[in-house]
Parts: sequence; structure tokens; C-alpha cells
Amino acid sequence: MGNVLLQYATVLMLTIFVGVEIIAKVPSILHTPLMSGSNAIHGVILVGAMLVLGSAHTTLEMVLGFLAVILATLNVVGGFVVTDRMLEMFKAKPKAPAAKSDEVAS
Amino acid sequence: MSRGTLIDLLYLVSATTFIVALKGLGSPKRARLGNAIAAVGMLIAVVATFFKQVDGHSLYHLGLMIVAMVIGVVVAVPTARYVRMTAMPQLVAIFNGVGGGAASLVSITEFVHIHSTHPATYVTLEVLLGVLIGTVSFSGSAIAYAKLQELMTGRPVTYPGQQIINGVLGAAGLVLIVIILASGQTALLWVLLALSFVLGIAFVLPIGGADVPVLISLLNAFTGLAVAASGFTLGSNLLIVAGTLVGASGILLTRLMSKAMGRSLSNVLFSAFGSVITASGASGADARPVRSGSPVDAGVLLSFASRVVIIPGYGLAVAQAQHVLRELAEQLEAKGIEVFYAIHPVAGRMPGHMNVLLAEANVPYEQLKELDEANSELQTADVALVVGANDTVNPAAQDDKNSPIYGMPIIHADQAENVLFLKRSMRPGFAGIENELLYSPKTTLIFGDAKDTLTKIVAAVKAN
Repeated sequence: MGNVLLQYATVLMLTIFVGVEIIAKVPSILHTPLMSGSNAIHGVILVGAMLVLGSAHTTLEMVLGFLAVILATLNVVGGFVVTDRMLEMFKAKPKAPAAKSDEVAS
Repeated sequence: MSRGTLIDLLYLVSATTFIVALKGLGSPKRARLGNAIAAVGMLIAVVATFFKQVDGHSLYHLGLMIVAMVIGVVVAVPTARYVRMTAMPQLVAIFNGVGGGAASLVSITEFVHIHSTHPATYVTLEVLLGVLIGTVSFSGSAIAYAKLQELMTGRPVTYPGQQIINGVLGAAGLVLIVIILASGQTALLWVLLALSFVLGIAFVLPIGGADVPVLISLLNAFTGLAVAASGFTLGSNLLIVAGTLVGASGILLTRLMSKAMGRSLSNVLFSAFGSVITASGASGADARPVRSGSPVDAGVLLSFASRVVIIPGYGLAVAQAQHVLRELAEQLEAKGIEVFYAIHPVAGRMPGHMNVLLAEANVPYEQLKELDEANSELQTADVALVVGANDTVNPAAQDDKNSPIYGMPIIHADQAENVLFLKRSMRPGFAGIENELLYSPKTTLIFGDAKDTLTKIVAAVKAN
């Protein structure tokens, strides 16, 4: 048991550093999509919700698990769709360097 | 390879896609791809879970599970697709809130489950933390949504001893967790649940509307942590990795956002920013003279300028005037006038919000100038056209040490030769602070709905 916990804690520690490293240099215009995208990613709680509903023995567990799956699905699906909608706006628009180009996005 | 190993392997793939996706979301070119990659990874994880075995049996209630998912999809897709772009911050708040709620429910269910199959004392810390954090995120997001959707006042709600009461609530939650762990009294879980719910509300109430986006980012990180806690409970590396990623990056992102507003995170969270309606030096503002003009005046002024800097704000989006604004810019360019858009990092209601709104109206990316570049352009600009912005051009942020927004970087509209200020009324901006720029002799105010006014200006420009 102790070993397993330690293994999880190791994963936790390493992931904290990865999470911080990844975000360190993000232009402010992408803050909103980034927030929204990571919002979708924590929707992975859907997997947890499926597991608790899938091992429910009592009616209470079933009801709670059922609600959890609904909420988690909302989080995942809504999160990805909304992020995609935001990012759709950026398509075909090159990250303009300081130079003024005559290229006009359609 | 056993089925269990294969599923774990797929979970590993899924966790990897999340890391790759977050990395992609940090660059404009790969952001959309990154989001798609994460969605694929999520799909892999969900499909794999259907085949997972728990305690030696396949998952029960698969039918019920699918029904729940269908309900979720049917509600989420149209909501996410068709809600107006201006309402995006609320939408993110609500999707975050339900995620927090799901994490909390998973922890509660697991608690009930453990309780029915193990001795009463077998309760672990992470279950309780999952309930606490997930519920705070849920109720906090609900209040954030209500504030942004203007179901309740956007101003900070304050009462005497607020910080102390919140501190006591938070401490009580932690003490309760210790008591549950020590005594194994499982009925106290429901008390913890109720307490967390109240704590989430109490925590968000004093935060003003202008700061709510920063708060949503923080609550987003909270949900991530709650998911990571569930990962410990369920023994799932995938949940631990994904939750921690979001938690760690979310907290950093929150700090970056408050920095973009020139404030510290604790200032955002605890100062009840914006509860004072007028800043110092603006007493008796109602009686002060302002210069106002007609759209035709504005059209003439713009037609004879050689450099125009447009400073858009949230009011532009509310009036749905992005398209007319672009039309105006095109008219001016056709006359050989240089046109730029000056984008404040927090223009709109979230960092980057304004870029999205302008991109929606097909404004060329190259015309958007970020803060520093915009300010150097403004020194030589003939006209600064402020549309629906207010706080982001308020000189008080630079000159007035007593102003609540002192220190926030601003766009120096006041450095342009002339300032055209399109406003609905003399009402102060989102942060509730009086703006000296309105009274400057350089400034001409044009009252009215932004879309309406801009349409008239376009006509006037055409006529000249």
C-alpha cells in the first residue's frame, strides 16, 4: 500500500514540474484558450465517474455515479467544443512578426 | 498482454496526449491541433474505460452510463456551439463548475462505496480533499457564472468581517477533515460537503466582475487538483497526471493573468477590488463639463487623419460592432490612412478575449498591436478611437496612487493628438472607476450604441 502511494506521489511531483514548465512562455492572447483547453482536460474525471458508476452496489452510489457521469461529460464535451470554437478564430492567421506584411487573411 | 495492461497502456497514451496538447495550446500555430489531440486522447481513455475490470468484474450499469453520457453530449454541444462569443467567459466558468461537481461526486461516491465495503475507519485524506476542493470549485464557479451573466451584481459583495469569516470557514473545513479521519464518523462527510459549498460561495462573493476571469482560472486549477485527488482515491495514474497538469499550469496561468493586470493574485482575491465607485479626485464628476460630438464630426476627424489607432473594449463586443468597426477601418485604409488596433492584454473580459472577437470579424492579425507596440504607435497617432473600452485607457492607473487600478499597464490613448471616445453613457467602466480621460480637452465623446454610432461614422467617412 505504502509503495503504491509513494509511486502516485512520484507521478504527482513530476507532473507538477511538467505543468509549470509547459506554461512558462505563453503569449497573453492565448491565455483564454489555454484556460479553456485545460478546463476540458480535467474533464478526464469522466473516467473516474465511469469507474464509480460501474462499481456501484447501492442505489445511492448509482444515483451519485450517474450524476457524476453527466456532469463530467458536460465538462469534457463542452470544454473541447468551446476551446475549438475560440481557436477556430486563429486559423490561417500567421503569428505576425513585428514586420508589416501585406498579406491579408481572408 | 493482459486486458488490464493494455488499458493501462492506453491510459498512458492518453496522459501523453494531454501533455502534448497543453504544450500546443501555448503557441498560436499549434493551439487548435493541440486541442484536437487532447480530445482524441480523451476519447481513447473513455473507450478503454468501458472495457476495464474493477475488483474482478466488468463495469456494471453500462446502459445507464451511456444514457448519462448522451444526456451530457446533448446538453453540452449546442450550448458550447451557439452561445455568443461575448458570453464565453461564463461558459468556461460553467463547464469548469460541472467538472468540479463531478470530481466531488466521484469522491463522495467512492467514500460511500468504501464505507459499505470496509470498516468505518477506512477513510483516506484524498477522498475528503477531493470533496472539499471539488465542491468549492463547483459553487464558486456557479457564483462566477451568475456575476458574469449579470444574474447578480458584478460588484464585490462585502460585509463586515468577511475575510475573517472566510478564514474561519476554510479552517473549519480542514479541522473537519482531521476529525473525520481521526474518528471515522462518516456522517460528518455531509457536513463537510455543505461547508465546502458555502465556502465556495463566500470566497467568490467579494471578487468584482472585472476580476472574475482570473478567479475562473484559479477555480479551473482547483478542479484539476480535485481530479488529482480522485486519482489517488481510485488508483488512477491518468487522473493524477491530468489533474495535476491542470492544477499546476492553472495556478501559474492565474498568476500570469493577474500580472497582465498589474496586480498580485492576493490583491485580486482579497481586496474586494472595485467596491468603491469613484476613485479619488473625481468627486462631483456629474457636474464636470465634457465635450461631446456627433458621428459626423468623428467621421470628418478620422477622414483627415493619417494615423488612427483603434482601442476596442468589451463594450464593442456587447454591441456586436466588430464587423462595422472592421468596415470603418477598411474605409479609412482605402483613403490611405494607417490603421492599427491596440489590444490591451485584458481587453474584453479575459486575456485574449478581444483577439478572438476581432478575429471573428476577420480583422487581419497583423493590424493587432500588443500593449508596448501600441503605445509607441500612439505617440505619433492623430486619432485614438476608443470603442467600448474604459479602464484600459484610464490614466489614473499611471498617475493616481490612490486609484484601485494604480499600476495596471494601460494603453496611452491620451498621447494621441485627438481622442474619440465612443460611449453609451457617462457610466464608469467595468471596474467601476471614474476615468479622467473623458474630461481631457483632447477628448470628444460620442454617445450612443457603438454599432449605431460606428455605422453613422462609416457613412460620414464615405461622404468625405
